[in-house]
Amino acid sequence: MARVKLAGQVLAVAAVAGLLALLVWKITHQGGGPRDFTLSRLGAPGQVTLSKLKGKVVVLNFWASWCQPCKGEAPRLEQAWRRFRSQGVVVLGVDAQDFSTDARRFARRYKLTYPLVHDGPGNTLSRFGVDGFPETLFVDRAGKFVGDHVKGEISADQLTRNIEVALSS
Amino acid sequence: MRLVAVVAAFALAAAAAAPALASERHPTLGELEGQLMCPTCKEPLDQSTSPIADRIRAYISARIAAGDTASEIKAKLVAQFGPAVLLEPSKKGFNLLAWVLPFVGLGGGALALGLLAWRWTKRRAPAADAAAATQLDPELDRRVDEALARFD
Repeated sequence: MARVKLAGQVLAVAAVAGLLALLVWKITHQGGGPRDFTLSRLGAPGQVTLSKLKGKVVVLNFWASWCQPCKGEAPRLEQAWRRFRSQGVVVLGVDAQDFSTDARRFARRYKLTYPLVHDGPGNTLSRFGVDGFPETLFVDRAGKFVGDHVKGEISADQLTRNIEVALSS
Repeated sequence: MRLVAVVAAFALAAAAAAPALASERHPTLGELEGQLMCPTCKEPLDQSTSPIADRIRAYISARIAAGDTASEIKAKLVAQFGPAVLLEPSKKGFNLLAWVLPFVGLGGGALALGLLAWRWTKRRAPAADAAAATQLDPELDRRVDEALARFD
């Protein structure tokens, strides 16, 4: 009987350890991990890794073609990209939970020339605390997140102010 | 006789498989909606009213019109949105755990219950023996009853 009890205890400990391992795996592989990504470019060959943009200020914009406010802010982001590009600012659009064909059509319609990447399953969203579209974050030259985490359609003033914060950080 | 039984079994199996095959080759929007998730709101597609759910429904209708099978449409959606777009996890790789673990849990629970029941019956057996040992002799029982009757 002692053996059965011991086997039961070993099984229970193994089950708990297994569940803990699953939890750790989920956290490290499905969100909650480092705030970085490598994603395929939309409408262009190759991939973009966020951490490789260190040394530049990054305006990280999460969007989707079906999102109504994304349509309103797209021309503003394009304008900011053209205005601040020469100062080492990159606007990077992350199209998530979207059909890539729809996203490409959106980019053509709004004449977007800044780099766009595609994250169909939306795996990166939770890493950046994104729970809706659009949302915009700002990364300084050292790779640190600075300024506001703008949830919803971004205004031209918010864009300029946060880019200046990131440039001076 | 045996031949008739085999033929009947084949006929029954074919009759049962026919609707599934038809559904695979010529799926309807309603059938597929019930097997898919809205990627943003995390609820079944047939219950979701989000913009992306509407877009996926339009995509499914277009693919059905183009003659795609149910599996082809689901594979294309998984390629776009990842396996989480499927309401049921696929029966492959890590997702297989979702199918196997409930049965492992049920089996484990049944085994644990069986072991406990076995232990309880083993403990109860000596107790029942002790109860039998303390029973009164029938003669003594009769005399006690007589004595008690005198007090009534």
